[in-house]
Amino acid sequence: MARLTFVGGVHPYEGKELTMDKPIKSVLPKGDLVYPLSQHIGAPASPIVAVGDHVLTGQKIAEASGFVSAPIYATVSGTVKAIEPRRLATGGMCNSIIVENDGLYEEVEWPEVKPWEEMTSEEIVAAVREAGVVGMGGAGFPTAVKLSPKEPDKIEYVIANCSECEPYLTSDYRRMIEEPELIIGGLKIAVSLFPNARGILAVEDNKPEAIKKLRELVKDEPKLEVKQLQTKYPQGAERMLIYACTGRSINSSMLPADAGCIVDNTDTLCAVYRAVTEGRPLMERIVTITGDAIKDPCNYKVKIGTSYQELLDDAGGFYKTPQKIISGGPMMGFALWDTEVPTTKTASALTCLTEDAVSAMEPTACINCARCVEACPEQLIPKNLADAVEHGQTDRFLKEYGMECCECGCCSFICPAHRHLTQLIKGMRKIQLAQRKKK
Amino acid sequence: MSEFRNVSSNPHVRSGSTTTNIMLWVIIGLCFPAAFGVFNFGLYALVLILLAIASTVATEFIYEKLMHKPNTIGDLSAVVTGLLLGINLPSTAPFWLPIIGGIFGILVVKMLFGGLGQNFMNPALGARCFLVISFPRLMTNFVTDTYTGATPLAALKAGEEVDVMKMIEGFTGGVIGETSMIAIVIGACVLIMAGIIDLRIPGSYIVSFGIFVILFGGRGWNPAYLSAQLAGGGLMLGAFFMATDYVTSPITNVGKYIYGIILGLLTGIFRIFGSGAEGVSYAIIIGNLLVPLIERWTLPRAFGIPKKSRKEVKA
Repeated sequence: MARLTFVGGVHPYEGKELTMDKPIKSVLPKGDLVYPLSQHIGAPASPIVAVGDHVLTGQKIAEASGFVSAPIYATVSGTVKAIEPRRLATGGMCNSIIVENDGLYEEVEWPEVKPWEEMTSEEIVAAVREAGVVGMGGAGFPTAVKLSPKEPDKIEYVIANCSECEPYLTSDYRRMIEEPELIIGGLKIAVSLFPNARGILAVEDNKPEAIKKLRELVKDEPKLEVKQLQTKYPQGAERMLIYACTGRSINSSMLPADAGCIVDNTDTLCAVYRAVTEGRPLMERIVTITGDAIKDPCNYKVKIGTSYQELLDDAGGFYKTPQKIISGGPMMGFALWDTEVPTTKTASALTCLTEDAVSAMEPTACINCARCVEACPEQLIPKNLADAVEHGQTDRFLKEYGMECCECGCCSFICPAHRHLTQLIKGMRKIQLAQRKKK
Repeated sequence: MSEFRNVSSNPHVRSGSTTTNIMLWVIIGLCFPAAFGVFNFGLYALVLILLAIASTVATEFIYEKLMHKPNTIGDLSAVVTGLLLGINLPSTAPFWLPIIGGIFGILVVKMLFGGLGQNFMNPALGARCFLVISFPRLMTNFVTDTYTGATPLAALKAGEEVDVMKMIEGFTGGVIGETSMIAIVIGACVLIMAGIIDLRIPGSYIVSFGIFVILFGGRGWNPAYLSAQLAGGGLMLGAFFMATDYVTSPITNVGKYIYGIILGLLTGIFRIFGSGAEGVSYAIIIGNLLVPLIERWTLPRAFGIPKKSRKEVKA
């Protein structure tokens, strides 16, 4: 059988061996915790606590302010110190609730929950919404919205995105190795919402251990199966993943539901499982601290809101000077100039590299080699799009499907002339999206 | 935090492939036909090749110095142009011919249009055609001590019989690098295995040319004639090393096939219906000029865009 995959893509250095075999380590925050009100796509949450209030672990501190939004919970007990703008990993400022940790971790009383098998679909979705679960792969789309498509009958596949194609990251992998039953449980709950759906666990074939473990667990589950995908970046991009698993292709203006699919990240499914079976809100996630500048790369179970700096300290800090610190992986992550940045629901890793390939290479003339065309998973011509941006030809950019770009970075990665293709295209997309919003 | 750290947009890693690397591979690939040419025609052939390279590199260097532009000879593209031009000369050429050709190729065809990546035709081929037109006698003088007759292709055109085995091995008259099909194919295999070129352009070029010869060659299905046409002249060298020039070939996948087919048809027309025996250089140059048009025709649909709703999606 041909290995499941998509057209295009690249093979960056994986770097997963740094943290692949490091068990997940729980770390308790020492300093203040910062909860940005915008950790998801959609309207920012609105705070329901005031400065000086005492909060408990698991207490809701901000309420969802719309349909596409998510509430936020305190992950420690302590006092609300301030509500003020703080710097995010993406570079922008965001109004945040700052909680001074009292170190006691007093919890709220968890509500009684009935077994999920007895719950209705509406109750399950409500539980997920109430728990503030969002897509934890990076986009942060509220999961409850995802789980309530217009036509639930038409959903045929719920895909658990276990591919983790981003180099260096191993947080999903460790979850698959250590707590696979949470993922399977979450997937089972998601599948139960749709009468005609089957569950697929999509794993890249560079994780044979995880595939074995998951296969073992789904042996007796008639509705679930594990699919082995070819290891290639960006295999975990939603549209690529759907194509690899089902052969269906969707464009940027369609939703996975249009192809009868729902895609959820591993950590998201775990959060769904805990929200539904234990009534616990989303309070923690797994973060990989990695890179060749880190003394002791590791996977951490982190209370959301903990500063990256604390995780860095726990990982032994730097043993070489890092030139670049990235929130996320090297292909799609955000470069940081300061590590006093809070982890959010969507923070998957901190990658610290001693060498910055971007600044080490000057862009030179394009030689039309078509490597970007071969690599582009969206089958665009990145070279033309970047030219259009450089020449200010907005019409051409739109005509040649510039808005279909998924910003995966393959074109910049592969370009022998070191042109900043992704960066140019991404910039133009941002401008276009902002203009669309204005209209 | 006081330390300085770089901040930039994603991606933060690069594959490590560089223009210089690619050009180096092309040079390695070209060394096979060049080495055979030197072996076949003697040391003077090497002198011609080296003069061509010196001329192209020096032209680029001096032009950029005079124009106060950043020096780009380090990307080795000028060396590739010089090497290609060198092996496209007859071994009897006077020493100043490669020098003039190199200056023309780099200055007029490449630098005046904006340098690497902006040239609208292959500089080496542009230079070759310039030389053929300006010095027709010098550029078609293939009579050496070893080979006194016409080139195999000219003989074929005149209706004479040719030794196909010799043509494949390369012990015939012709320009320095074109005679040995074996050496060219070895060089091409090196490039294919290194991932520098693929078979889209050469494959569609050679196949469409072959079909054209069968249909219009006047000899029908005649394997000896067909293989002589394929092995003779600059077809193999052109298909693998010149038609695949990145800058002057289409960037789209479908466009590559169309480009190859156009080259095959043009070469067939020039060789069979034209007055001369050769046609590869002109075919590729005309093909080069059609590239922007081909690219526009063959703009691919993006992933997930349904076939008919082009306009809908745009709106």
